[in-house]
Amino acid sequence: MSEQRTFRVWRGDKDGGEFATYETKVDPGMVVLDVIHRIQAEQANDLAVRWNCKAGKCGSCSMEINGKPRLSCMTRMNVFAPGETITLQPVKTFPLIRDLVTDVSWNYEQNQRVRPFKPKPRGADGKMRMYQEDVDRVQEFRKCIECYLCQNVCHVLRDRDGKAAFTGPRFLLRLASLEMHPLDDDDRIPEIKDEFGSGMCNITKCCTDVCPEHIKITDNAIIPLKERVVDRYYDPLKKLFRVFTGSK
Amino acid sequence: MDVNEIQTIEHDVVVIGAGGAGLRAAIECSAQGMNTGLIMKSLLGKAHTVMAEGGMAAALGNADSRDHWKIHFRDTMRGGKFLNVWRMAELHAREAPDRVNELEEWGAVFDRTKDGLINQRNFGGHRYPRLAHVGDRTGLELIRTLQDHGIHQGIHTHMECTALELLKDGDKIAGVAAYWRDTGRFVLLKCKAVILATGGAGKAWRVTSNSWEYTGDGLAMAYDAGAELMDVEFTQFHPTGMVWPLSVRGILVTEGVRGDGGILKNSEGKRFMFDYIPERFAPETADSEEEAARWLEGAEGARRPPELLTRDVVARAITAEVKAGRGSPHGGAFLDIASRRPAEFIKRKLPSMYHQFMELAEVDITKEPMEVGPTLHYFMGGIRVDAESQQTRVPGLFACGECAAGLHGANRLGGNSLSDLIVFGQRAGMGATEYVRANPGSVAPDHDAVKEAFRRATAPLNRESGESPYALHDELQDTMGANVGIVRVEEELKKGIDDVAAIQKRAETVKAHGSSQYNPGWNQALSLRSLLVSAEAVARAALMRQESRGAHTRLDYEGERDEWLDYNVVIRKSKDGSMDVEKVKRPEPDAELKRIALSELEPLEEEVTAERAKTREVADV
Amino acid sequence: MATRDLPALGGHPEGFAGSMRTDRWWIEPVLTVLVLGAFGVYATWAAFQGNHYYADPYLSPFYSPLIFVDSAAAVPGGAPEHHAWFGGHWPAWWPAFLPHSPAFFILAFPGAFRFTCYYYRKAYYRAFTGSPPGCAVVPTAKSRRYKGETAWLLFQNLHRYAMFFAVLFIPILGYDALLSFWKGGLPWDGGQFGIGVGSLVLTINVILLGGYTFGCHSFRHLIGGKDDCMSCGKATMRLKLWKRVTILNMKHQNFAWFSLFWVGFTDVYVRLVSQGIWTDLNTWG
Repeated sequence: MSEQRTFRVWRGDKDGGEFATYETKVDPGMVVLDVIHRIQAEQANDLAVRWNCKAGKCGSCSMEINGKPRLSCMTRMNVFAPGETITLQPVKTFPLIRDLVTDVSWNYEQNQRVRPFKPKPRGADGKMRMYQEDVDRVQEFRKCIECYLCQNVCHVLRDRDGKAAFTGPRFLLRLASLEMHPLDDDDRIPEIKDEFGSGMCNITKCCTDVCPEHIKITDNAIIPLKERVVDRYYDPLKKLFRVFTGSK
Repeated sequence: MDVNEIQTIEHDVVVIGAGGAGLRAAIECSAQGMNTGLIMKSLLGKAHTVMAEGGMAAALGNADSRDHWKIHFRDTMRGGKFLNVWRMAELHAREAPDRVNELEEWGAVFDRTKDGLINQRNFGGHRYPRLAHVGDRTGLELIRTLQDHGIHQGIHTHMECTALELLKDGDKIAGVAAYWRDTGRFVLLKCKAVILATGGAGKAWRVTSNSWEYTGDGLAMAYDAGAELMDVEFTQFHPTGMVWPLSVRGILVTEGVRGDGGILKNSEGKRFMFDYIPERFAPETADSEEEAARWLEGAEGARRPPELLTRDVVARAITAEVKAGRGSPHGGAFLDIASRRPAEFIKRKLPSMYHQFMELAEVDITKEPMEVGPTLHYFMGGIRVDAESQQTRVPGLFACGECAAGLHGANRLGGNSLSDLIVFGQRAGMGATEYVRANPGSVAPDHDAVKEAFRRATAPLNRESGESPYALHDELQDTMGANVGIVRVEEELKKGIDDVAAIQKRAETVKAHGSSQYNPGWNQALSLRSLLVSAEAVARAALMRQESRGAHTRLDYEGERDEWLDYNVVIRKSKDGSMDVEKVKRPEPDAELKRIALSELEPLEEEVTAERAKTREVADV
Repeated sequence: MATRDLPALGGHPEGFAGSMRTDRWWIEPVLTVLVLGAFGVYATWAAFQGNHYYADPYLSPFYSPLIFVDSAAAVPGGAPEHHAWFGGHWPAWWPAFLPHSPAFFILAFPGAFRFTCYYYRKAYYRAFTGSPPGCAVVPTAKSRRYKGETAWLLFQNLHRYAMFFAVLFIPILGYDALLSFWKGGLPWDGGQFGIGVGSLVLTINVILLGGYTFGCHSFRHLIGGKDDCMSCGKATMRLKLWKRVTILNMKHQNFAWFSLFWVGFTDVYVRLVSQGIWTDLNTWG
C-alpha cells in the first residue's frame, strides 16, 4: 500500500543551503531515487540529482541517506522503519554543485594518473593467454562501477584533507587490477607506495562496507598491494637477500 | 547575445556521446592525430553501454572453432530479416574479431576458455557460441576499457555537456551548440566534423530498459541538420525486462539467462516457447525439451532451445501468453533458471542479475523464477549512413552505434550491438578523420544560427508560465505505449501521430522553473524536442511499412511481404519543416553476399571448413 | 578541490564523532573496546600468575611452549620439569621484580601477531583511536597530521614476521592438544589414553587458532597471492593453497574473535581445573 512519507533533502550550492522538507506518497517497491523523481516531478522541478541507469550499474546516484553513503537507486524504501523521516544529503567528500550533486572530477584526475595497461608481448600463435583462475581476482576489481562511495566514505579523503597524499580506495583498486593482471608488463609498486599513498590507508574497511558491488576492496585489493609493497620495501630479510644476490 | 562572448572550444572532430561507439570513435580520431573533443550528457563511464550484459558477438572461433565471419554474417542477415545493409553486416562480421582482440590489448579482461583464450557464450540467433563476455557485465567492461585507454590518447573529454543543435557553414558541419549541465552556461564547439553516437530514443516509452539519456538527441539533431533517418519503425522490444516492482519495470534481464539454460514458463507451468517456433527457424530449433536439454549439454547435432529464438519472436510469445490469461501475477512470464542450474553456477555466470533481483525485487533467482515481460530496448533504425565511412548525407556529419541505421535491419541479434559499437565506432573515427583531411579549409558556424540555438534553449526558463515538461513527457510515454507499442495497427498509429503532434504544439510553451544551474526540469524541457521528433518518426515509419517484419509487427498486415523486402522507410525534414516519409528502393546486394546469406547452413559450414583447411595448407607451406 | 577550510556544504555535522547516521554505529567500537580490553587485562593477569597453568594432561595455551619452568619453587598447578624445553632451571638473569612465569617467554609472539594483524588494526584503529570510529562518522582524534601507516606505524609492515612465529605455535599447540588425550604422558611414557572436556577445549583451541593464523593476509600473500599467475593454466599447489587460505581469510574477522575468546577460555578452564574449582569430566575417572 502506498503511504505518505517525510523527506529532508539538502537544497543548496557552494554558497550555502538548508534542508527542505517534502511530504510525498511512496508506493510499494520504490527505491529512494524513485521518491526523488516524484518530488522532482510534483514539488521541486529543479531538485538536482545525478542518475543514469537506475539499476545499480552506472554508479551515478551516490548520496548519503540517513547518514550512510549509498546508491539511491538501490536503496529500497522498505529498509526504513515505518514513519521514519529520511534525510538525503550530497556526498561529503567532494565539492557541492547543487542539491544532491557534487563535483567528482578529482576522481577523474586520479584515474588519469594511473598509467595504462601495458600488455606483455603476444604468444607465438598471436594470442593473449591468461587463465580464468588467474583473472578471477582482477575481474572482481573490474566490477567497480565508479560510484565513488568508497572515496566518499574513506576518512583519509573525507575528514583528513588527505587528497594530496592518497588516491583513495577506488584507485588502489584500479591499480590492483593492473598490478595483479597476469599480462601487465609494468612495475607499479614504487608509485603505489610513493605517489598513490598505499600507506595512508589504515585498513578500517569503510570502503568495503559501502561498496554496492560488494567488492572486498580492503581484503582483496589494498592489503595485497600493501603486502607487495612490504616485499619490496619493508621486509628486512628480503632486503638483505637482495643486497647479497644483487637482484631487484 | 554576442556570439564572441560565448565560451568557444575548437576541435577537429567533436564526438557526441561517450558510450561504446562514441569512445571508440574518439579513440580512433585521436589515434589518427585529430584534435578530438568528446562531449557527453553524463559523467565519463556512465553511458548506457554499462547496462549491456550478455556480450559482444565476434566470430573468434575460440569456443567453437567452426565459427567464421560468413556464418556470423548469415546469422545477422537472417536475424535482421534481410533488411540489413548488406555491406554493413559484412564489415561487422569481418572486423568484429579484430576489434575484440584489440580491447584485450587495452586491458579488457574477458572470461576465459580452458585454453586461456577469450571465452564465448551462446545467444539467441547465433549459430555458435560467439559472444565474448565478462559474466553479465560485458558493457561495463567495454566502457571501462575504452575509458581507461581513451584518457591516455589525448581526447578532450567534456563531461555533463549536452549538445543542443548542430551548426553548419553552408551545407557543411561547422560546430555544435551545447551547454554545461552543472552551470547551465552555453558553449560553442567549433569543428569540421561531428560524430553522433547518441543511442536511441527509448525514453519515449515508459517501459524501457533505456536510461534518461535515451532521448533521441542524435536522431533529432541529424534530422534538423538535413540528414536522413532510416528503418526507425524497427524498435526492438527485449522479451525479458523486469515487470515488478513497478518502479523498476523495464530494467533488462539479460538474454544470458536463457543462453545459460533459463526457460520461460506461463502461469500453468508450461514451457510455452515450443508453441511459437516460426517456420523459418523450425529446422534449427529443438522440438522437444529433451533435445533442448541435450543442446545445453553441448551435444553435437542437438538444436537450440526455442527460448533462444530471436527477440521479436520471444517478445511476441510472452505478450500472447499474457493476453491469453496465462501471465504471471504482474503481467509477464516466468523465467526460470533456478530449477535448471545450481545456485553456484548462477551466481558465477549471472552475478549482476542475481544482485539486481535480490536488491530491487527481493527475489533470489537461484531459488525462484523471475517475472519478465517485453521492454523497449533498442532502435535498429536511426541515422542513414554510408556503410564504409558512417557519413550521413550532410558533409562532415557521421553517426555510429545505436543512433545509426543499417547493420541490424529489422531486428538485432543479441550481442551484435556491442560489436557494432566498436566496429563502426572505429570506422566513423576513420571516416571523420579522412573527411577532415580532405577538407582542409576552415569553416565557421553561422552566427545567427548560434544565437537562435541558444535563444531557443533559454526560452523555457524565460517564460512566465507554461506546462510542466515532466507532464508532457508522461503523456508522450502514455501514447507511445498505447499506440506505437509492440503490436501495431493503423488506427492506433494514426492516433499516436496525432497525439505526438498535439504534444509538440504544447511543448513550445513548456516552462522550466528555477535557474539554469544543474536543473533537471530545464534539461527535461530541452530533451522533449528530440523525444518528440524521434517518436513522430517511429510512428510515421511504422504506419508506412505495411507488413510485419522483425521487430515491427502490424496486426493489420500480418507476415512478411516480399514487396517490402526491397524497401526502406526513409525520413527527412522537408523545406516547410514537416516530416517527409518515403519508401526508398534498396540497392541490389552484392551477389556473393547474397549467396552466403541465403545459403543453407550445412553447405556454408562445409565451405568455410574447406576454406580454413586451404589457408592452413598455405600457412604450412 | 574541496578542502577542510570550507564549511561542510551538504549539512554534514563536523563535531566530535559527528554523523547523520541514525543507526547505532557506536555499538561496534564500544564492544571492541570492552572485549579487547577485558582480554588484555585477563591475559596480563594470567601471565603474571605463573601458576595453575597445568592440569595433567592439559597445558594452558598462554604458557605453551614451556621454555623454562622453575622446578625449585613448588608452583601450584605448574607443569612437571620434563615438559619444559630447557628444563627446570629458571634463568639466573631473570629480573627480580618479575614473577617466574613461563608465559613471559612466549606471550609476546601471539601478542605481536594479533597486534599487527590487518583485521585487529581495523578494529582498534576504529575503536581505540576513533580513526574513524564508524563509517561516515567524523574521526574522534581529528589530527590534521594524519599520516596513516606511513610514519611511526610503519612497523605494522613486519606483520609477516609475527606471522612466521605464530605459525610455529600451531604445531606446538597441536602437540599440546594431542597430549591432552594421554594422561601422565605419551603411551611410551606410560600415559593412559582417554578423553576429557579439557581435551576438547584444547583441540578446539588449536583449530580456531589455526583457522585464524592460516587465514592471515600476509600468509595469503606469501603462499601465492604475490604471484599474478598462480595457475598459468595448470593445477598448481600454490593456487590450491591460496584458494584454501582465501576461504579462511574471508572469515578472518570471525576467526580472530572466536580464537581470541577461546584461547582465553582455555586458560580459564585449565586454571580452574588446576585449582580444583572446576571438575574436568573425563574418561580417566
